[in-house]
Amino acid sequence: MNVSKSPWLLHYDGSSCNGCDIEVLACLTPVYDVERFGVINTGNPKHADIFLITGGINHQNAQVVRQIYNQMPKPKVVVAVGICACNGGIFKECYNIQGGVDTVLPVDIYVPGCAARPEAIMDGVVKAVALLDQKRKKAAEQPAPDPKEAG
Amino acid sequence: MATRSVVPFGPQHPVLPEPIHLDLVLEDEKVVEAVPSIGFVHRGLEKLVEKKDFHEYVYVAERICGICSFMHGMGYCEAVERIMKVEVPQRAHYLRTIWCEMSRIHSHLLWLGLLADAFGFESLFMQSWRLREKILDMFEVSTGGRVIFSVNKIGGVRKDMDADMLKSFVALFDGMEKELRILSKTFLNDYAVNSRLQGVGFLTKQQAHDFGAVGPFMRASGIDRDTRKLGYAAYPDLDFEPITSDVGDCYARTQVRIKEIFQSFDLIRQAAAKIPDGEIAVPVKGFPDGEHFMRVEQPRGEAIYYVKANGTKFLDRVRVRTPTFANLPAMLETLKGCQLADVPILILTIDPCISCTER
Ligand code: SF4
Repeated sequence: MNVSKSPWLLHYDGSSCNGCDIEVLACLTPVYDVERFGVINTGNPKHADIFLITGGINHQNAQVVRQIYNQMPKPKVVVAVGICACNGGIFKECYNIQGGVDTVLPVDIYVPGCAARPEAIMDGVVKAVALLDQKRKKAAEQPAPDPKEAG
Repeated sequence: MATRSVVPFGPQHPVLPEPIHLDLVLEDEKVVEAVPSIGFVHRGLEKLVEKKDFHEYVYVAERICGICSFMHGMGYCEAVERIMKVEVPQRAHYLRTIWCEMSRIHSHLLWLGLLADAFGFESLFMQSWRLREKILDMFEVSTGGRVIFSVNKIGGVRKDMDADMLKSFVALFDGMEKELRILSKTFLNDYAVNSRLQGVGFLTKQQAHDFGAVGPFMRASGIDRDTRKLGYAAYPDLDFEPITSDVGDCYARTQVRIKEIFQSFDLIRQAAAKIPDGEIAVPVKGFPDGEHFMRVEQPRGEAIYYVKANGTKFLDRVRVRTPTFANLPAMLETLKGCQLADVPILILTIDPCISCTER
């Protein structure tokens, strides 16, 4: 795999139960340590390439998620972490859950699990890096913006 | 009067692992008021009792919050067991106690890491989380899961720990304790850390009482109350005293939590020495009928589970009062008059868990 740039992550907790969040954070700490791939967790959407979302979407956070996504520079990859973010999971039937992240954003990679294991999350991130490269190449070939991506 | 300005804080903010939004009203650098707005994590899972039967709901209860997942499951199970008058085997009580205390260690270590991150001490954050991984490994060995393990069921637990496993855990704790002692030296004695924690965010004993604070946040202000003393699971057989401090600032809260980790090591040792042989679960027949209030001491404080059943397989109502909810009014009070730069640390020292507050 040809990683041309160190991808920076932005993590946002949709309406998760924290289980997946702490696993995302665990990826950054010494035992799993994604920093060895050059991945850094950033708090600023304008620095981020990969958007990790945990938890489902509800009415209150839908606009926050959309806002963060729109603030990220292109190309960007969205990774849904945990079954909640994939399709609502155990909370699917709750009155306040619209469903997974794909109800508001185009999701590129789905990481299953409840809670998603750090190994699975890292796998998702590595796949996201490859996708990021692809997107970058594609963008270089045809500079006209893709209307679907404009969100 | 100086001009006032409003600084929005959150819902997406680097120090916040979870979304909460505060409008901070500032006079220069001083916070005069903090107005919270919540609801970003609300799922409405209490209502799920109408769709999932009371056995299934254990899984939902465990996902109220992933950090104290085990205790949420246990609180709910104990409430239903008390309604149904199920005699849970003593061994199951001990196993629950051991997992509870391990959850407390994991939660407090996680918090210590987040606190270190909030004042920008990156290596301390990493060290706390490295230590925490050892507990997660023990969870994985004993239950199969790292954060959510679904070992609770109504009537007991699903997995047993044999004597060898318990012995190996206790042996590992010795090493962990040594490492924690080194870490706690930095947390409690380091000059830079002290200057961020000491004298910040005072909560007096009277305030803690008036605002109804719970858990380590309250105990750090000098009230010695610990729900474990009420005696659920195997706690009546174990010997411990609530840990308190009289100071009531961020430093005191850190100190109380660090001491509680050592206390948890000790409680597990006691439980491992006393654990009786026998069954780990009893079969449960029939449907619950009646209501019960169950109080459980979680890492963040006292949580209350109210369960109302009607004799069918679907419960009428489950209500959870979580510790962070009880701590929010007191936190907003301590925020008044603090510096803007201290806001993240102050919020963190109540150990906020938004996902269980909003459910
Ligand atoms: S997938 Fe499971 S662990 Fe992750 S946020 Fe959802 S309920 Fe929690």
